[in-house]
Amino acid sequence: MDNILIKLKKSIKKNIRGFSKIIPLLFGVILLINLLKVVFSNNFYSKIITNNIIIDSFLVNILGSIMAGNAIISYEIGKDMLISGLGIFLVTIFMLAWVTVGIAQLPAESILLGKKFSLVRNILNFIFNIIISILLILLMRIL
Amino acid sequence: MMLKKIYNRIGGAGIFLGLVSILYIILLILDFNKFLLSLKNTFNTFISIIWILVVVFVLMIISDLIFTKKLVLKLFNKNKKILSWLLIIIAGLVSTGPIYLWYPLLKDLKDKGLENKYIVGFLYNRSIKLPLLPIMISYFGLKYVLILMFLIITFSIINGYLVEYILNHNIM
Repeated sequence: MDNILIKLKKSIKKNIRGFSKIIPLLFGVILLINLLKVVFSNNFYSKIITNNIIIDSFLVNILGSIMAGNAIISYEIGKDMLISGLGIFLVTIFMLAWVTVGIAQLPAESILLGKKFSLVRNILNFIFNIIISILLILLMRIL
Repeated sequence: MMLKKIYNRIGGAGIFLGLVSILYIILLILDFNKFLLSLKNTFNTFISIIWILVVVFVLMIISDLIFTKKLVLKLFNKNKKILSWLLIIIAGLVSTGPIYLWYPLLKDLKDKGLENKYIVGFLYNRSIKLPLLPIMISYFGLKYVLILMFLIITFSIINGYLVEYILNHNIM
């Protein structure tokens, strides 16, 4: 029993030390996310859409990667995008980018999990957003 | 040289926080109301994530005590790939809160031997927000959501192996 308590104490101390190092990083991420939320309003997409499907798929992918916050906001924006005639392909790319690519979280991710790891992961996610959206459209038609 | 000195002194987190502060100063100059709104939102976010921070802190202690290097290697063993992936997919699906709160725990598990592909898989499966599914279904339909979920889970595995391959072969 004593042994477990000693281990627990040691672990609490170790994790408090670890957390105190991580808190400034998390604080920075939260500050950045909230700044991006304010700068990029929910209807910001309407200002950048070109009506060229290739350019637009990159633009909404980039926009979704930059914008941050709860996923429900991306669903709301996605719904708005659909109503304004953007099409499910672009909406899917945007919503996927929102949850899979994190520009604001990238510094924290690279410090904690490795620079190369986070870069490769986010770049691949960016590419996959387009591939998944294409497959989704195809599967929606087939099924 | 100068940058390296600054980096060594205050670390990556310090530099990042400094850069974000500069952005806030710029916003303060350009638009005071947006500056205030950002700070207010930051405060609200902090309040809303305190309980998740506590959960992650407790999980890290549990991980420290239970998930020893030996256990992590045993659970995510090369001969138990299907079980390992199932565990990771379920963990990704049920984990809650902002993604960045999970980085410290993942780093801890990585240090204990959890392979990159499983970390990628966990992070990718977090794209599916189980509590938000009813809302998503009401907006985009059941068929759309089911296909999207299937694709996300499938690509979490492809993504995991691809990231690992790229990292192990120094491709990028």
